[in-house]
Amino acid sequence: MKEKEMELKEKKEVKKEAGEGTRSGPVFIPAVDILENKQELIVLADMPGVDNKDVDIDLRDNQLVITGKVNAIEDEKEASIYREFNWGDYFRQFTLSEIIDQSRISAKMENGVLRVILPKVEKMKPQKIKVTAG
Amino acid sequence: MAIVRWQPAEEIDRLRQEVDRIFSSFSSGPEPFFSRVYPALNLSEDPDHLYVRAELPGVSPESLEISVVEGRLLIRGERKIQMEDADTNYHRRERESGFFRRTLALPTRVDPNRVSAGLKDGVLTITLAKVEEAKPKKITVKSA
Repeated sequence: MKEKEMELKEKKEVKKEAGEGTRSGPVFIPAVDILENKQELIVLADMPGVDNKDVDIDLRDNQLVITGKVNAIEDEKEASIYREFNWGDYFRQFTLSEIIDQSRISAKMENGVLRVILPKVEKMKPQKIKVTAG
Repeated sequence: MAIVRWQPAEEIDRLRQEVDRIFSSFSSGPEPFFSRVYPALNLSEDPDHLYVRAELPGVSPESLEISVVEGRLLIRGERKIQMEDADTNYHRRERESGFFRRTLALPTRVDPNRVSAGLKDGVLTITLAKVEEAKPKKITVKSA
């Protein structure tokens, strides 16, 4: 069986229109996987070069905004000979549906992969409703 | 030829986009070369070393195999994506997994015994020490 070889995907750059970032340099859209099971939604984002201190997860209304800052990887003293990709920060934005319990969102950054767990709202406990005689 | 309505605003907009694109490519540095083979590599140097960097998020150091043979650097490995349970559905799937293998011809002779590699936050940095003869030497010019 032939091994499945990975194909290179070009890094997708955010087109900077309104709302320029304060840092110079390109900003990239990280590749993500979005999964769902009975209890939660899981977002996995590839952000190499970002450690957990430099990830920002912002919740505003129903928008989940993920930003990752990349620190200078190459020393300034190095001279570039051959370049196949650029370094840059990461940015991606999602709209959350109402089924997410925003107070219980958690995230972990490991080996350049961000894992965000978005638990679903627990089902309301069944209530007995008293019917009064009118 | 079909008669098409002339839209002058569209022409100007297209021109603006072209100029934007040219200027934006100046600001982020020269356009990188898209090699189509995973992973993408950046090669840089200082007087004593060559440096090769690759973005390998989610790759464990144990799955990597790095070697230097006859002036070529070979990087092999596997990117595994954690299999979730059966009751999990994918809404979006953009991340790839699988094997990768990449060879890079090195522009300078390096000592294969003095090669080190580190993987931090999904970025692989390979440091290769140049052989003495390959390091730049200053040549003093004597005035006759």
